[in-house]
Amino acid sequence: MNGVHDMGGMHGMGPIVDEKNEPVFHHAWEGRIFAMNRAMGAWRKWNLDASRHSKEVIPPAEYLRMSYYERWVVGLVGLIVQSGLTTSAEIESGAAASGSVKTVPALTAEKAVSLVKTGVPASRSVNVAARFQVGQRVRARNMHPLGHTRLPRYARGKFGTIDRDHGVFVFPDTNAHLLGEKPQHVYSVRFGARELWGAQAGEKDSVYVDMWDDYLEPA
Amino acid sequence: MSSDLAYAQEHHHEHDHQAVPSDPALRVKALESLLVEKGLVDRAALDVLVDAYEHKIGPRNGARVVARAWSDPAYKQRLLRDADAAIAEMGYGGLQGEHMVVVENSPKVHNLVVCTLCSCYPWPVLGLPPVWYKSAPYRSRAVIDPRGVLREFGLELPEDVELRVWDSTAELRYLVLPERPEGTEGMGQEALEALVTRDSMVGVAKVSASKSGDEA
Repeated sequence: MNGVHDMGGMHGMGPIVDEKNEPVFHHAWEGRIFAMNRAMGAWRKWNLDASRHSKEVIPPAEYLRMSYYERWVVGLVGLIVQSGLTTSAEIESGAAASGSVKTVPALTAEKAVSLVKTGVPASRSVNVAARFQVGQRVRARNMHPLGHTRLPRYARGKFGTIDRDHGVFVFPDTNAHLLGEKPQHVYSVRFGARELWGAQAGEKDSVYVDMWDDYLEPA
Repeated sequence: MSSDLAYAQEHHHEHDHQAVPSDPALRVKALESLLVEKGLVDRAALDVLVDAYEHKIGPRNGARVVARAWSDPAYKQRLLRDADAAIAEMGYGGLQGEHMVVVENSPKVHNLVVCTLCSCYPWPVLGLPPVWYKSAPYRSRAVIDPRGVLREFGLELPEDVELRVWDSTAELRYLVLPERPEGTEGMGQEALEALVTRDSMVGVAKVSASKSGDEA
């Protein structure tokens, strides 16, 4: 979706504020929502792409006004209500509905330790042919899906070159909507900075964007 | 596409009813209590996750990888060729670093990492990202005005240096291998490690022989 989260190339966002000796979490609640996001993800009712999309659908003015972890609160609440793990009424009241059965957490402390250490690979060892070769000239598709996509607006319709093939990965545009993993090759595609931004950009500069087969067409 | 639309509308509808958290601390506390009451989360698991990223996993991990690459040419080759395996050799890996790529700075090439769409960052080697990395000013400008961004961080990049910006749009996570500063020829791995800053591994700074990597 053409949301405000897709902000590469926008102007007017102000100066970069670099906080010295910054804490990992500025408030205890930030750590708790960060951790709850992972613990609830262990129920496998959604996936990483759906989790990203849950923040992208926050209306633009609110998205920009919220702090980073405030977006996580809204995103997680949206996911757990939508997936049926809790009801909106339970969120509002802060208490479990009467008669609801207590379950057993999907993520134990022990599993949390191994989750941190092993992660959740998004690559898939399936035999899918690459549609493009390293060195090949390509064009990013000019497409504007209403749902989740990882094809940034600034690259759409632009010409680039396949720099390297990273192998086969889950496709976010379908995976975010629980419509299947549609595994396919991901490439680093090199775009000349002037192809993206015109004469104002550095002549030798470039932007590398990771792109799935479905984002690309031969040029 | 119609199911996408339905999904998007459903989500929008939901958010219309989810007010912006007026007091996030209270809201998150209430949410945690509810999820614990329902047996959906285990508080001990939350503690493990918070502790891991608050105390155990941070940019000192990346600094060790960089210092070894500077000291051990064979390791550096492995790191640039197969970053996952080389980083695993040092005992690092896992969540948000499942698929690593290391890009090398040189006198002719400078690399800069961003995630314009969200906040993708190589957690196992750098920890969780700082606020500026996740902020609109950095995400919006790193791709269109990277030299201006570097200038804001105090780094004036000569015109003849090629600047490569890596937008982390997929599940690859990028670590910059900064240039080893001059005047460090006699230094051991541990002393080198102390010079490497988080910012130099994102690409918004160079490593200096006289300053230490003082970030938490």
